Amino acid sequence: MHYPETYTSTSHHAEGERNVVATVRNLKKSFGDREVLKGMNLDLYESENLVILGRSGTGKSVLIKCMVGLIRPDSGTIEVLGQNVFSLNPDELNALRLQVGFSFQGSALYDSMTVRENLEFPLKRNLKIFDKHKLEELVTTALEDVGLAHTINQMPAELSGGMKKRVGIARTLILKPKIMLYDEPTSGLDPITSMEINDLILSVREKYKTSSIIITHDISSAKHTSDRIIALIDGQNKMEGTFEALSETTDPDLEPFFKY
Amino acid sequence: MRLRNFLLRVADIHRFVVQVIKHFFMPPYEVREIIRQCFAVGNRSLFLITFTAFIAGIVFTRQSRPSLASFGAESWLPSLVSQAVVRSLGPLITGLICAGKLGSNIGAELGSMQVSEQIDAMEVSGTRPFSYLVVSRITATTLMLPLLVVYADVVALLGSFMTVNFINSSSFALYFNEVATNVTYLDVFSSLIKSAFFGFAIGLVGSYAGYHSEKGTTGVGKAANSAVVISMILIFVIDLLGLQVTNIFRR
Repeated sequence: MHYPETYTSTSHHAEGERNVVATVRNLKKSFGDREVLKGMNLDLYESENLVILGRSGTGKSVLIKCMVGLIRPDSGTIEVLGQNVFSLNPDELNALRLQVGFSFQGSALYDSMTVRENLEFPLKRNLKIFDKHKLEELVTTALEDVGLAHTINQMPAELSGGMKKRVGIARTLILKPKIMLYDEPTSGLDPITSMEINDLILSVREKYKTSSIIITHDISSAKHTSDRIIALIDGQNKMEGTFEALSETTDPDLEPFFKY
Repeated sequence: MRLRNFLLRVADIHRFVVQVIKHFFMPPYEVREIIRQCFAVGNRSLFLITFTAFIAGIVFTRQSRPSLASFGAESWLPSLVSQAVVRSLGPLITGLICAGKLGSNIGAELGSMQVSEQIDAMEVSGTRPFSYLVVSRITATTLMLPLLVVYADVVALLGSFMTVNFINSSSFALYFNEVATNVTYLDVFSSLIKSAFFGFAIGLVGSYAGYHSEKGTTGVGKAANSAVVISMILIFVIDLLGLQVTNIFRR
């Protein structure tokens, strides 16, 4: 796929039947002398699970952090739900962020709060919901969706790694995002728990109709969750396609992923 | 390169302070969180302040008495102790205790939140963590330090009175009448304003160190450590500046 340097997109332009919900064009980011992203491009389509596959340190997490404005890129453009992320004022950026769920690699649960308080926090702060019954209903539903309703009064320290990831996902789902960004959702988990998280990613898409970007180097997770994969090698798109198409590659940078 | 890094750091601190001051005058305020933090500030430091202020009152009285007695000026003891406690000893003890206790706590708390991406998680959920985490803590320390200083002054004077009473059987009314006569409004107000600056410095340094903590557990340790060291230095600098300004009014 060719991405022109001066690409501009409209908010929801169709390619075939599908609408684009996020675009990244020629994204570059360096940390000191180290150039992490060297002109990354992507399109995320509506209701699609897009996997970004690559080795550690190739800028996968930097990419999605740029997409929510946590990191400012050196150059390039990012449009999410039709809005240029870096031309928004703080209020507009906050409003956009409410529509984009971010599941962190280490879950990032607020460790001084219970699971209930973790989930209530964005509701109270952003949606100004203070009604106890409404809060209870929303929190319980979100926890049921990730299969952890029984942990509602537990502290994050009492949960296993897999449970923390699920609660982290529930905390983002409670705001009903249109786009989900998963940063290494299965890293540090055993194969069975990893598979449960993969199933959860698929069920989230089914229930919430989200478009997702899944950052991973876990090939079984990529196989299980992806509609499409972009291989990010050395800060650039190396290859793009379905899992089946990419698994037949003989590219020396990419072949080892599918070989082992 | 080192100069460049230093200048970048100074610019970063300047931006941070400007942002804090802007938030002080920019509603909405995090009232519930500020109240919660005020309680935490008082709760965390009350025991230590009681203990140290009481002992400081006793020690200062015991050490000053022989010198005054040698001039036959033992009756000036309440006056000397009260002025020393209200003007300098109370604010300084409270400031240093809070710098150690609260500075490290704020630095480590925010530092571990930064390292474990909890601050990023708040940011991406549109929660405005700066106002919630930083401004509420700085407001709480700024508001609570003057109250804690008043408390420390009272405890130190009680310690002093008990020492005097133990040696001379002096009455409570007589002692505190002497105190009230010799402490001026200027002493009290300058002490309170100075303590508010102490609180601001402790909250600001702790929050900055934690909010900009490097990744990893060593980053959290560094944040806590630098929060304590820098706020202690700032407390002495503010004390010195406060003295100069108060002396202008005293003349």
